[in-house]
This record gives sequence, structure tokens and C-alpha cells, in this order.
Amino acid sequence: MSTTLRFPIIAQDHVQGAADAPITLVEYGDYQCPHCARAHPVVKGLQRRFGEQLRVVFRNFPLTEIHGHALHAAIAGESVGAQLGNDGYWKIHDAIYEHQMDSATALSDAQLVRYGASVGADPARIASDLESDAYVDRIQADFSGGVRSGVNGTPTFFVNGERYDGDWSDVDTFARDLTRQSGERTARPAAAVPRSTHEHRV
Amino acid sequence: MSPSTTSTPLPPGTAAPDFTLPVTPDQHVALAEFRGRPVILAFYPADWSPVCGDQMALYNQVLPEFTRLGAELLGISVDGSWCHRAFSEARNLHFPLLADFQPKGDVARRYGVYREDDGTSERALFVIDADGIIRWSYRSPLGVNPGADGILEALEALPAHGGIHQETAT
Repeated sequence: MSTTLRFPIIAQDHVQGAADAPITLVEYGDYQCPHCARAHPVVKGLQRRFGEQLRVVFRNFPLTEIHGHALHAAIAGESVGAQLGNDGYWKIHDAIYEHQMDSATALSDAQLVRYGASVGADPARIASDLESDAYVDRIQADFSGGVRSGVNGTPTFFVNGERYDGDWSDVDTFARDLTRQSGERTARPAAAVPRSTHEHRV
Repeated sequence: MSPSTTSTPLPPGTAAPDFTLPVTPDQHVALAEFRGRPVILAFYPADWSPVCGDQMALYNQVLPEFTRLGAELLGISVDGSWCHRAFSEARNLHFPLLADFQPKGDVARRYGVYREDDGTSERALFVIDADGIIRWSYRSPLGVNPGADGILEALEALPAHGGIHQETAT
């Protein structure tokens, strides 16, 4: 079973932080996944704590069969990213996760368009991208790459290329593990890194 | 986690034991019916438990890739067919769930993945080739979703689809 990120970070990825940051955290996430919404402020907390030491990458892993709005939420993100660039992508990324729990219609097409407009994107273009299922190939490529890397649910994190199976729900714990796992990765070859398994995925 | 050492999944190279199990309350399916194409057998402990849900939701989503590789996916647990139906409908699953319910766990036992302690099956995967031979098997720690990458690699490692035909035959 793979626990190693098979696909390196590329220019098309959604990235926050410098390429030479000593720690890279890759998240495979689903915009309708409640666990991902819970993880969102934790990742923000890590970014505040590690500052320039941390690079964060988000890749799409929409489980569309159980989350009816997950694909369109991902498309809205890509549409805003295409219009406004990386900064715009992260703004709607934040907006979607911050509003995900607001109501049963928090991720309806109308709301997704609204979040995009609120960060400065053209609402008509988002609406037409949703209508035409634009960017589906790119989103599917994220998903397939995640499957090959051993992503088994959302959110799944990789720390410097190695899957993180610890507790992501608490900033202190995650920060401690991030330091340790990234340290191990730089100190030893990948194959020698002991793999921890956790008992349950909440 | 202390994985039981009493059962070991049947290893690669073994002929997959045939079975007939309920797939709905009034229909049965036999493994032999799938001869001629690869089969993925995914044993899991129970409908509804959180990890199983995630695992089946993932396989549901990866189903187009399994299909592209010519494979048939069958989920198996000791739950009854009515329970499977409710679970499958709730999760919108597009592949069959087989009820290893009567005699309970008989198929899991024959594949070496029955858990005597709690009367469920291990979380175990088998990739069976078109000729009915197990080509890959894997038992995951009970609480860990094994993902789909191992299955995809095992399917891709199979010889030309159709099994008995050499790649050069056509």
C-alpha cells in the first residue's frame, strides 16, 4: 500500500508558501467533506505557527457519489483560480470551507457563485464554468493521483511526501508531528521512515 | 492494534474458492460467473461502521478505473442482504455487496479472513484473475482503510485481459 506521494508538486498546483520551505504539507480534500472543514482552521493554525517554514498544497479529492456539491465546489475553486490566480484560489478555498456548515444550501451553485464574486471573480464566468463542468479533467487528475498515492479518504495529508496518519484535529499535536515527520524525512531515506497507523479515521 | 494471527489470507497463486452468495434478498451470485475477467473481492467487517463507509465510498468513486481495467468489484461482509441493501442505497453504491451471512462467515473462513473473536471478517482484499487464480491478497489492519492503489497495481500487473490469451494472439 502506498503511503508516499507519487506526484510531485507542479506549477499548476494550488500552493501557499515558498518552494524551498523545509516542510511541505499536501492536503487531498473535498469541499463538501465536514472533516475537511474541521481541518481547515487547523491548517491555518499550522501556517501561522510555522510561517515561512511551511508550504501548503491543496489537491482536489471530491467524493462526488456521496457529496452532491463537491464537484461544483471544486470547479468554482478552479474557475476563480483561473480568473484571479493563486491568491484568488485560496480566497475562495477559505470562503467555501468557512461557509460549508452554514446551511443545507451553503454549497449550492448560487452560493458558490456568490463566494467567487465576493473575492473579486466574475460571477457570470463561474456560473458558466459550473454549467459546463469545466476543469473536470484537472480535478479528476488530482483525484486519480491521490488514489495512486494511497489517499483513502478526506482529508488525507502528506508531510514532505509521506502520508500522515496521525491526528490532524488539533494544532498542537499536528504541529509536533509535522516537525518530527519532516525532520525524519530529511534525516533518513524515505523507506526507513516508520509508518504509524491510526486506529480510526474520524 | 493487535492483528489476529489465527487467520492468513489465501496467498497469490491459490485457486480462488468458488462460492454462491445472496447479492439481494432474492438473487444470488456465484464467483464462477465472473470467469473470464478479473474480480476484486473486498472483505470488510461491517456495513455502517465509519471506516468501512469511507472504504466503500472510495471504491465507489474509483469504480470507473476498475471498470476500465476490465475488473468486477464485489464487496463482502457477514451482514445480511437487507442490511446491505439499506447501506448500499444510503451510500449510493454502484457495485454489489455480497451477504456472507448463512452459514455465517463461511466464505471469509475459506479465504482465511474470518475473525473468530468478534464474528466478522478482516478488512482484506483479493485480486482474482480471469482464470480464477488469486494474484494478490492483502489484509489491512482492521481500523485502517487500505485505499485503492494496491488493487489498481495488482490489476495492472495481470497479464493481458482475458487471461488465457497471450498478448501476441491478436
